[in-house]
Amino acid sequence: MKTIYLDNNATTQMAPEVIQVMQESYSLYGNASSMHSAGRESLVAIEGARASVARIIGAHPHEVIFTSGGSESDNTVFALARDMIDEGSKRNRIVTSTIEHPAVIETCQYLETKGYHVDYAKVDATGKLDINSFKELMGDDVLLVSIMAGNNETGTIQEIEAITNIAHAAGALVHTDAVQAIGKMDTDVRQWGVDYLSLSGHKFYGPKGVGALYIRKGAPFKTFVKGGHQEDGKRAGTYNTAAIIGMGRAADLVYETSVQERKDLWFLREKLRTGLQATIPNVVVNGHPTSCLPGTLNASFAGAEGESILLMLDFEGIAVSTGSACATGSLEPSYVLLAGGLDIELAHGSIRFSLGRYNTESDINYVLEKMPSIIRRLREISIR
Amino acid sequence: MNTNSPLWVYTDTVKDHFMNPRNVWEDDTFEAEGVGLVGSMACGDQMKVGIQIKDDQISDLKWQTYGCASAIASTSVMSEMVIGMTIEEAYKLTPVMITDKLGGLPKHKFHCSVLGDKALRAAIDDYLEKQGRENPYRKLVAKVICECKNITDQQIEELVKTKQAPTLDKLREITEYGTVCGKCQFKVQLLFDEYKHIYNV
Repeated sequence: MKTIYLDNNATTQMAPEVIQVMQESYSLYGNASSMHSAGRESLVAIEGARASVARIIGAHPHEVIFTSGGSESDNTVFALARDMIDEGSKRNRIVTSTIEHPAVIETCQYLETKGYHVDYAKVDATGKLDINSFKELMGDDVLLVSIMAGNNETGTIQEIEAITNIAHAAGALVHTDAVQAIGKMDTDVRQWGVDYLSLSGHKFYGPKGVGALYIRKGAPFKTFVKGGHQEDGKRAGTYNTAAIIGMGRAADLVYETSVQERKDLWFLREKLRTGLQATIPNVVVNGHPTSCLPGTLNASFAGAEGESILLMLDFEGIAVSTGSACATGSLEPSYVLLAGGLDIELAHGSIRFSLGRYNTESDINYVLEKMPSIIRRLREISIR
Repeated sequence: MNTNSPLWVYTDTVKDHFMNPRNVWEDDTFEAEGVGLVGSMACGDQMKVGIQIKDDQISDLKWQTYGCASAIASTSVMSEMVIGMTIEEAYKLTPVMITDKLGGLPKHKFHCSVLGDKALRAAIDDYLEKQGRENPYRKLVAKVICECKNITDQQIEELVKTKQAPTLDKLREITEYGTVCGKCQFKVQLLFDEYKHIYNV
């Protein structure tokens, strides 16, 4: 059976171009930190990848360090904030939002258990940061603001430039988790003005287990992973040569194709949205109608539970994800959808379709052919 | 079938009942003599069971379920198990019997199977009440949870369901559970959470 993969916000398949350069790079066994030729060869390739990654976020290569992924990049920034507070910074408060990725929100909750002060700005019904609620949380005691660029569940995009301006006016440092944003929207650190940015290779057709952190030149920094002089002393650990090179190639592909790809993704996404709404009664589209990552469509189907929809789609070879509680084993559905005020029953019935580079119009037609009968069947079984 | 695909989180039996559910209450002409409704859509799963009784035997059962694959498959397999049983046998059905019949559920999905037998009992309770009959079965299935104070799961269920005990503290105040040896505290807490979920209180 063919697979229609519509779970690109969870992870993407590697681009064939990426697989190719990685296969070639596995023979680069030299430790990039070594002075001999074998090491230098790896180092040259790694520095090329650094320049490629820096280019897609408008940074200087010296401002980019490689990490094990988005979660480590996020954790690095919060460990820095913790260190600064421990060392007596008069700014001792962190401000984030209620819809951040678990790598941010759970790290913040952990910090709270250790006595640190974190405030969570609210979002409106479309998932956009409530700017007034955010402004009220600013003050001269705010050390760090962390707001994601594009949400993984709803796709809603935040106004990072405006948010950064407000936070900087209050004297705070600004971090953005741009893991979902790379390749899907403009991600320019100079235009945004952010001090830190996290990204992850596997969300843009690169390998898993590699990511990067942008640290603005001049911004405070403390090493999180200690024990070696790699990354200019900013992150210890032998370079993950093949993965870094793969992510560099993936970044080049983003640079070359992203502008057209975004248009294509939005076209397919809108085709899927309008098709679902035309053929299925009572479909609620979650997130912002236009200010949205181009490949993300999050929709709720009242009377049909998310995990059931997901599994029925899986039988048809279609891979999606859900915000239903049952899919995770907890009793609570997606906190992101609930934060936007979505009815809890609709959150249980939510499906996220996240489209990517390799989806075609015929994929969307296939989904549109299968969805109505699946929802009809589940609603027939369901309590009326 | 024991060649369960590692690509699927559930057994083939679960998959079969999920994809081809038996005895679904689709036809509005089905006239139930007893109806039980437990859970809530807000909690992510809700079940409705309707039964017809002949000579104290369940002659037919239809159901509707809003929920995940485990919940749908549990109700479906339960319906097959129960038709033909006496009321007493049906009343003694447990979630473990249902999940065994399904060939097991992933650990974190076990709670999805606890609604089926509750909905069935609710339907039998409803039937007996409508018939104006005594309900001799309830006490048969009661389990003592707090041995020191002789508190059963049914007493806890009733107190939670009727909102007499909206909090654990209140439950302790009423029943004095866990005040002697304290061994049952964790068990009571789990039951309390489960009943809150089932009755959406």
